[in-house]
Amino acid sequence: MRREIPLLITAIVGIFFVLQYFIPHPPFNRLNGWFSDWFSIIGACAIWLGALNLIRISADKIYRKRSDWGFSVVIILSFLLIVVIGFKEGRDFRNPGSGFDWLYNFIYTPLSATMFALLAFFVASASYRAFRARNLEASLLLVAAFLVMLGRVPVGDAIGVSLGLPETNISKVAVWIMNTINTAGQRAILIGIALGVVSTSLRIILGIERSYLGSE
Amino acid sequence: MRLTTALFLTLFLTMSAATAQEADSSLTVDSTFIAPPDVTPVMVKNLSARDNPNDAGGSILIKWDLSVDDIEGGKVTHYQILRAETSEGEFEEVGEVPSGNSQFIDNRADRGREFYYKVAAVNQRKQEGKLLWQVRSESALSGPVKSTAQWFDMRRLNVFVGMIILCGLIIIYINRAKSGKPIFIRKIAGLDAVEEAVGRATEMGKKIFFIPGISDMDNVQTLAGITILGKVAQMAAEYETWIEVPVSRSLVMVAAKEIVKEAYVKAGRPDAFHEDQVHYLTDDQFGYAAAIDGMFIREKPATVFFLGNFYAESLILAETGNSIGAIQIAGTGQQTQLPFFVAACDYTLIGEELFAASAYLSREPKLLGSLKGQDMGKAIILLALLAGIILESFNIFQLSQFFSVIE
Repeated sequence: MRREIPLLITAIVGIFFVLQYFIPHPPFNRLNGWFSDWFSIIGACAIWLGALNLIRISADKIYRKRSDWGFSVVIILSFLLIVVIGFKEGRDFRNPGSGFDWLYNFIYTPLSATMFALLAFFVASASYRAFRARNLEASLLLVAAFLVMLGRVPVGDAIGVSLGLPETNISKVAVWIMNTINTAGQRAILIGIALGVVSTSLRIILGIERSYLGSE
Repeated sequence: MRLTTALFLTLFLTMSAATAQEADSSLTVDSTFIAPPDVTPVMVKNLSARDNPNDAGGSILIKWDLSVDDIEGGKVTHYQILRAETSEGEFEEVGEVPSGNSQFIDNRADRGREFYYKVAAVNQRKQEGKLLWQVRSESALSGPVKSTAQWFDMRRLNVFVGMIILCGLIIIYINRAKSGKPIFIRKIAGLDAVEEAVGRATEMGKKIFFIPGISDMDNVQTLAGITILGKVAQMAAEYETWIEVPVSRSLVMVAAKEIVKEAYVKAGRPDAFHEDQVHYLTDDQFGYAAAIDGMFIREKPATVFFLGNFYAESLILAETGNSIGAIQIAGTGQQTQLPFFVAACDYTLIGEELFAASAYLSREPKLLGSLKGQDMGKAIILLALLAGIILESFNIFQLSQFFSVIE
């Protein structure tokens, strides 16, 4: 029964979810909203599972003095700080000038932006590896990337003009590569993904795919 | 004195309006301006009001033929849509559309209630946001009409047919597979490398990291990812190698924990499973990326799997994994992240390969049958594409219209 009931719920909800796409008549037109609300409620309740797990593992690491246990101290202190300030400020915690707002604007946002900014350097290092002209395919990739990058900046067309090419030709080449070759490739992948999603969903609804349920 | 002026002005305006318009017109003017002569537009014709199709009720579709004065620089500035609950009732404005438009959807028509509609062709002049004069001609009445809910959205018929064909093919091939007929599935390098990747971690005596992406259990990519986790965890348990699964969603943590536990039981090593192998980090995208990068740098795993839904953090994670020399296998349905994984990982499951992984690794006939059905669906789409290219290139038939989807 531990498996059958979840499988039955999955099948029923899955079928209703498919039906609501095709049936605009009430109550089907409200199912999507209902299911989303229920998922949000369950997710919101489950967040405590995650938070408690994080605290438990971090506390255990400190208690046993495992390697890098200092990071766990930072995790617990940060967690407690934001929770205490959030609860203390109650409903006004999002108001400008509140302690929570200060932590969000001056601690969380810069840290998050810093991580995101690292992406620029990672893109550079990954591009360096990907664009090395080791074989024909990599060479084509290199040429295409070079033209696209050149076509996206004003200096690209300026170089084109200095080489005797009509103005805006390099940017047109860049647009053509992106709109024609790139889009064709992306759509091919997208069709495969869509079919994969349908197939996986069907396997789950029919109960053929059960491994996501875990133990017997 | 003021009262006398107001009465005189009212009388003057009423007389001017009567002169300027036809019998079925009304006039609204500023206190100091009147409409010039011969500006009243001809009313619209063939007004029809009917239930807006393919919806849950509550809306009426109103259509009309444009006024003959609705031309560039003509006498129509816009159309007003008027509604009443009885044919003799007071008509109130429910909306307006600019000139050149010949339809309007009244989304405030209560389901099951009868309504009557008129459309007024309006000509007006404004100066600095102030209405100087306005004249209009109302059409004949249309109605009664009431909105109803439909049981099938006909605009999605093509999706329905496509779904039936695809699901039918998948079910046919699942049944074929159950009957024992051999099924050929092409080799997928990324999945063949799974065992090699786990073996490498065993040889090096290092950890395996499995990252199931940053989406929750409502995303099919996460489901596909954690389905593969079961197979990888079983291999890791058999090879006695530590597998760690840091997650960004509580529900994924609960599901992944059950899956890893089950994998250890299947491998005959339930005692080796540790609750902390699957642990929660944070829901925050870049906080999650920072935490995993930190673990990569400190613990230097031999093997990393990125299987699930990823966004901008994909390259931050994969490049860090690459920098520590880990063998990396990635797979996602996010096509914008695939190039990053291709550039930074040793193997990448592209698109549908992620969804095929469970069947490929388990070799279970029913799952393989669904893969074959999916491939047949792809073959049909390829044929349709080919036919569409030929038909549309020679302008014989617009096949693409059959594939347009209403969101």
